Amino acid sequence: MKASISATEHLKYFAPQIEKVSKSTKAWIVFLLMLIALGGVALYQQIAYGHIVTGMRDNVVWGLFIVNFIFLIGISYAGAILSGLLYIFNVQWRRPIVRISGLLTIAAGLIGPIFILLCIGRFDRMYYLFLYPRLQSPIIWDVMAICTYLVGAVLYLYLTLIRDFSLYSDAEFLNIPNWKRKLYKTLSLGYRGTEKQKSQLKSATRLLAIVMVPLVVIISSVLSWIFGMTLRPGWHSSIFGPYFVIASILTGVGVIIVIMWIFRRLYKLEDFLTDKHFTYMGFIMLVLAAGYGYFTFSEYLTGWFGSEKWDSEVMHKLFDPAQYGWWFLWSNLFAIVLPILVVAIPRLRKPGPITLAAALMVLAMWVKRYLIVVPTLETPLLPLQDTRTEYVHYAATWQEWALTVGGLASFLLIFIIFSKIVTIVPSSDYIDDEKVAKN
Amino acid sequence: MHNSDNINNNERRDFIKLTVLGAAAAACGSAICSCSKDKQPKDGEKVKLLSADGELVEIDAKHLRPIPKTVVVSKEEARRGIPGRKFVMVIDLARCGNARKCVTACQKMHHLPEDKEWLQVKLMMDSPDAAPYWFPKTCFHCDNPPCVKVCPVDATFKRQDGLVLIDADRCIGCKFCMAACPYSTRVFNWSEPEMTQEMEGLCYSPETSVPSKVGTVEKCDFCPDMVRAGNLPDCVTACPNGVFYFGDENEDAVSNGDETVRFSQLIKDRSGYRFAEELGTQPRVWYLPPRDRLFPVERSLEGMPENLKDRFKDVIKEM
Repeated sequence: MKASISATEHLKYFAPQIEKVSKSTKAWIVFLLMLIALGGVALYQQIAYGHIVTGMRDNVVWGLFIVNFIFLIGISYAGAILSGLLYIFNVQWRRPIVRISGLLTIAAGLIGPIFILLCIGRFDRMYYLFLYPRLQSPIIWDVMAICTYLVGAVLYLYLTLIRDFSLYSDAEFLNIPNWKRKLYKTLSLGYRGTEKQKSQLKSATRLLAIVMVPLVVIISSVLSWIFGMTLRPGWHSSIFGPYFVIASILTGVGVIIVIMWIFRRLYKLEDFLTDKHFTYMGFIMLVLAAGYGYFTFSEYLTGWFGSEKWDSEVMHKLFDPAQYGWWFLWSNLFAIVLPILVVAIPRLRKPGPITLAAALMVLAMWVKRYLIVVPTLETPLLPLQDTRTEYVHYAATWQEWALTVGGLASFLLIFIIFSKIVTIVPSSDYIDDEKVAKN
Repeated sequence: MHNSDNINNNERRDFIKLTVLGAAAAACGSAICSCSKDKQPKDGEKVKLLSADGELVEIDAKHLRPIPKTVVVSKEEARRGIPGRKFVMVIDLARCGNARKCVTACQKMHHLPEDKEWLQVKLMMDSPDAAPYWFPKTCFHCDNPPCVKVCPVDATFKRQDGLVLIDADRCIGCKFCMAACPYSTRVFNWSEPEMTQEMEGLCYSPETSVPSKVGTVEKCDFCPDMVRAGNLPDCVTACPNGVFYFGDENEDAVSNGDETVRFSQLIKDRSGYRFAEELGTQPRVWYLPPRDRLFPVERSLEGMPENLKDRFKDVIKEM
């Protein structure tokens, strides 16, 4: 990274990113919109015919939607806690990563809850959650947690953007339409960079960063308690809270690495997102993967060793190659062993391999969420004596897959839209460098 | 609002008419609820009835109003329960031969399609060396219900008379209660339930659970509407072998329709137990162990339709 680049120079470098929408980006947007439309068709069918169009039935009452929900909301939490921690500890290499994780927080945080809405039978009665809430229900805890979190996350991202908005609206050389300039001006809330404003903004950002870290730990645990509070094997586990916290952050770090790699390629950011960034993020991934591996090991060792009947039935499904055995094995190898190996071996510690390992790990973590939700629900206490196969085994329908893909496309679309509004590497961070250079 | 006022007026009018007709109307009562569309009998048709004074009178059939077989109560009352009662069920596993009369009676009573069973009969075999036995399973109406704990909107609730019911008008269909129930008791309306002709005009109550509503959860409700009317639940009366005893723990009496016995004595004498006591849910349903069985499982499997037998193939393999 060039140490003494000025903020204006920096912005000039990044101007094309927010000035115009390239043809390939437009093509991407159209493609993503088509995927979202496909999800729309599936959604229409689900509303018109009921949840019968999904693969969910009386035993497996939750399926892909819940899997996507905990996956995405977990990624969002990871973005928040990571940018919070990097800010608090004033990590110097954090700049480009804080912005990416901030955007990730919002994009995943907006799409995740949509999946929980898709899973609910009476969408039209959603407001009952606020009209007749019962505090002892973990769903109400989750509603409160996610609402609190989204407010905090939006505020936090906004605070980190104010200086950029002010910079953009003042930058005469920026070739942007008038409405966009006005938008930046409004959004900058009259920030001029005076000493008072500076210290106020700094303390507000710092305060929110400090609040976000414990908040994420709490709400991530609350998310796990939707499962942990039931009497079901594979869910009813005291380590589920911390297990979910670490799994979420690990997945989020993986997603950030992948996005870093994509943006580096897309916007030629090699000077800003250096190899060092990938190495550091790789180290974080290694530590988290090791922690996650430890939790996984304790969780399944105790379940298996104790050999309580109901527990064993679930364990058997996860270990049996004819059932979920291969999925279980590969998901753990890709999520735990692969990230550790790639980062630990110096020869492999390069952006390419690290990104590949991160991408595979993220996929494996999605599979892992599936393996948490579905096999447990397929294993009720009383024998499943039903001749209707769809009631015995869960198989997602095309409608569920279409909505999953549609959700993923919306997530990417939000990211693209954001990247047209703000620079991926915060230009305003270089204002301070300018001062340092002048002195 | 307007609609419900109408219903109330109708109810009041019906009530007055019913008092006039007294026992007469009860004699020809049908299962049509008070808010159902009246089926007008033809003019001039006369019916002979016994009046309250003991006189035989002949009146026009169109003056008769059908009364519901069941009692419809307000939502508030349905949530509160019947004061002073504590309902309990005892299921005698020694007498069950999987005749499935309970299942079909339950389905008829609640207008359920054939593939929706609130009451299930499982074939159990606790270990490879243990003897198989039939296991009819209702909702256990637990005193510490995991389903009620997790409901976010108070759609499922525990009443003072011990019943766990669902208000399908409140249910948001999150299915958390289904995930939480360890006994797979609850079923979901995955699509719009089919309306049959006899369901037309039935007004929903958490006590009747009928008609079903799409996107909501439902389950065995111990037929509190029948109980209010002083009747036993339909599964109890339908069973040809007297497997089900239903009653009141406060009165310490349970009945299977044929005999009424002391609940505490029955549990003591026959070593009654509750299923999966270790889960701590404290069910209100007790089981009597399958000792001295009336029907060996092998015999009841003979002549059973193949599609039904197919359900139990895993257990049959081990037998």
